[in-house]
Amino acid sequence: MLLNQFLLLGAVLFCIGVYGVLVRRNGVMVLMSIELILNAVNINLVAFGTHLQQATGQAFALFVIPIAAAEVAVGLAIVLMIYRNRRSIDVDSLDEMKG
Amino acid sequence: MPEAVLLGGEQTTTAVEWVVFIIAATTTLLGSFGVIMARNPVHAALSLVGSLFSVAVLFLNQGAEFLAAVQVIVYTGAIVILILFVLMLLGIDTEEDLEDEPLRGQMPVAVGIGVLLTASVFALTQLVGFDVVTGTPEVTAAIRDDMPNINQIGRLLFTDFVVATQLAGVMLTVAVVGAVVMARRPREYQPIPEPESMDAPLSLDPTDQGADNGAEVAD
Repeated sequence: MLLNQFLLLGAVLFCIGVYGVLVRRNGVMVLMSIELILNAVNINLVAFGTHLQQATGQAFALFVIPIAAAEVAVGLAIVLMIYRNRRSIDVDSLDEMKG
Repeated sequence: MPEAVLLGGEQTTTAVEWVVFIIAATTTLLGSFGVIMARNPVHAALSLVGSLFSVAVLFLNQGAEFLAAVQVIVYTGAIVILILFVLMLLGIDTEEDLEDEPLRGQMPVAVGIGVLLTASVFALTQLVGFDVVTGTPEVTAAIRDDMPNINQIGRLLFTDFVVATQLAGVMLTVAVVGAVVMARRPREYQPIPEPESMDAPLSLDPTDQGADNGAEVAD
């Protein structure tokens, strides 16, 4: 089975996700980019688990998935509140706490 | 669990695995590019479905059948639907102007660094070989052939990681309760004034509180 190609793919996917988090201004798009990052982590965990011939990597990935689900639920609630208060979800405009 | 056996050397990657990997990796990368490049958030969400589904195919390629099923059910079945639901509920599925960048001139720099990094990784793997990352060229076999994938994970979850499993359950409960509490509309709901009025000093006058005497407050 392939191993190193998976790790490289995970690295590329991680970089794409980080770019999305940094550049997009729509709050929901930022959440989607975070999903990409978590998936890159999952790819790495599964690849290393197969590499070490243990199911531990897959079990770890199984813990990442509910964390992603919880993060999206809370994040979307935050987006909902921001929209309710400001009629916009532009994360760049949230600078009230800037010094 | 069996001890970690670092096998290697034998060429056991079949052509099918290569073809599946190349197709799934290509669709994963295309989907993720769609997520970060799409102007319309709904298109980005659909690209995310494609990307996450391809990752599930990659999991199958690695012999993680249970994880592939969970990936499809949780990510494409629940998370993306939730994201689409919020997008359409708020009516914010409008196009975003990508030209108006928060960091001026970041796009050419990002493209340059990205191309440079990709080229260097490609050059490294071509010069040294793909085992530059881990030292072994490939994994020779699935984890255990005598036991189904789901049995192995289940045993791990309820023996070695039983505390972590229960903590994950607690975390999910807290997250769901927190999301409901945050998204709930309180009974005495008063929208915070528009952002431009936030430059005015905050009033701590208790008569500002409550909806009944809100009309008396002079702006």
